Amino acid sequence: MSETMIQTVGLTKRYGEKTAVNQLNLSIKKGEVFGLLGPNGAGKTTTTLMLLGLTEPTEGFATIAGKDCTRDPIGVKRSVGYLPDNVGFYGDMTGRENLYFTGRLNGLSGETIRERAEELLARVGMTDAADRKTKTYSRGMKQRLGIADVLLKDPEVVIMDEPTLGIDPQGMRELLSLIRELSEKDGRTILLSSHQLYQVQQICDRVGIFVNGSLIACGTISELGKRMEREGKYTLELSAEPDNGALASILSRIEGADRVEREGGRVLLHSREDIRRRVTMELTANGYTLLELHQKGGDLDEIYSRYFEKAEREQQQKESQKHHALAGLKKGLRSGQ
Amino acid sequence: MDNIRSRRFLVILVLIVVTSYASLYGALTGLASSGETDYLFLALYTTSGSSIPSFMSFIALLGPFVGIILGFDGITGEKSERTLYRIAAQPIYRDSIINGKFLAGTALIFLMVFTMGISIGAVGLLATGIPPSLEELGRVLVYLLFTSIYICFWLGLSLWFSVVCKNAAASAMAAIGVWIVCALFMGLIAGIIANLIYPMNNDYQALMNSMGNYTLELGINRISPYYLYSEAASTIMNPSVRAVNVITVESLSGAISGYLSLGQSLLLVWPHLAGLAALMLATFAGSYICFMRQEIRSK
Repeated sequence: MSETMIQTVGLTKRYGEKTAVNQLNLSIKKGEVFGLLGPNGAGKTTTTLMLLGLTEPTEGFATIAGKDCTRDPIGVKRSVGYLPDNVGFYGDMTGRENLYFTGRLNGLSGETIRERAEELLARVGMTDAADRKTKTYSRGMKQRLGIADVLLKDPEVVIMDEPTLGIDPQGMRELLSLIRELSEKDGRTILLSSHQLYQVQQICDRVGIFVNGSLIACGTISELGKRMEREGKYTLELSAEPDNGALASILSRIEGADRVEREGGRVLLHSREDIRRRVTMELTANGYTLLELHQKGGDLDEIYSRYFEKAEREQQQKESQKHHALAGLKKGLRSGQ
Repeated sequence: MDNIRSRRFLVILVLIVVTSYASLYGALTGLASSGETDYLFLALYTTSGSSIPSFMSFIALLGPFVGIILGFDGITGEKSERTLYRIAAQPIYRDSIINGKFLAGTALIFLMVFTMGISIGAVGLLATGIPPSLEELGRVLVYLLFTSIYICFWLGLSLWFSVVCKNAAASAMAAIGVWIVCALFMGLIAGIIANLIYPMNNDYQALMNSMGNYTLELGINRISPYYLYSEAASTIMNPSVRAVNVITVESLSGAISGYLSLGQSLLLVWPHLAGLAALMLATFAGSYICFMRQEIRSK
């Protein structure tokens, strides 16, 4: 289980001035479900393309199952299945023909292709639609056929680019449980990129957060949550009765509390340390009944937006520093004249 | 497979079949009235009659279209259908994608050209009842080979545009643009350049420069594959064409008027064949290199 499947060392890709992926160091173990998170244009797709050897890295290298992704792309592609976002099929061929075509491209024998195709079609629930031309398929059906297509070569590693985009909630649930099953039952390593946090949270063992081409955080969701806490940011979400004006002032007087906010029917209490105990005691002492108390920061949504805010703030600081430096330089020049 | 079944190929195929048989009909009526006897079989392909152009001119006109139609969305189509990324992620070398595209088109073109050419010959044979000589047969086969290579050039060119252009429409427009320039405007351009370098504004200049002027114009014209092909095709299909360059009075003195043998005709158009094949390979090499260096990504 501890065998490393995917590894990148200092992986960098530059397009002219713009750095799409910056010094990416990542290692993913066998059988793990890893989620790459980030907004659009953060470098997730570029990373997956470099892993498949479809794009050459500017610096650094990546290996999958010990094979170099740039030097031996054929070997890598033999053991890696790639599901691009918004996958396409040859519209004039039926779903089954498309699968057979992929099988032949992988050099499988006719017998193996037939067996696997039938099994996979059943697994993704597409047996009934397999003889229809793929141009009549809906988005969700294409996605399901895409998964069958990826699994046809029996890959050790599956890379999925935005697999949940544009699928209805029912299809989503099925897809997520299928992905989980691929990892748990079949022992495949799965790397998926997404900007939909909720699903990633449900199925990923570990996540990496990407902003502007850099991996700013990486670990299990609870690890990331703890790290946030260490940085001294706690948010308590609570509601109490009677919910009168005095509640906020009592809360803000508690030792360690930073500020109090109202969000709908709840109160948000920001602090620098864990003050749950103090809050309960103080409220009880003042005759309030605590209805709800919830420490935020444990879910990915929170982690994600926190990291984003942090990354964006740093970016802005850097820019404003640059600006200041430039302005200072100009001033210096002017006074020098 | 996909090419043969696709609707647009069927449309152009029907167009070519119809025009070819129309031209055959024209040739038959034209021949009946002219009463010529030499090389009747070849005349089936070259004669135009009752205001219907000959088979040769139809093919010269429609051939490039076949090439362009087979190639223009070769890569752009895969991109817009989003199948390219799926195929590129399979364990195959990337060049086998573009090689496959080109070879499939080439095979189809050869098949189509030879089938058309031979079937025209067969129907003509039935209609006239005059069997072709071995030499005539050879000439027809060489002509069909030329035609195939010429059409493959257009396939390579449109495939190149399909690699470079973002969408299929742009690539089709670019390929058709090149075709129009080659077919219509190359002569004008060649004339203008030749007149600039070797002016013939008065008698003296005409005396001194006419040779250079004509040779240069011809040379520039031959850059265009359209011209190259037409020249080669008419030389092959018409044994009375004795030279493709300027003939001086000296070189004609002592010459016996007669037909050239197939070997001699071939000698005349050998450079043309080499040129056309080189152009075809150059366009394919271009598309190959561009495709291999291109980044395959989904945006």
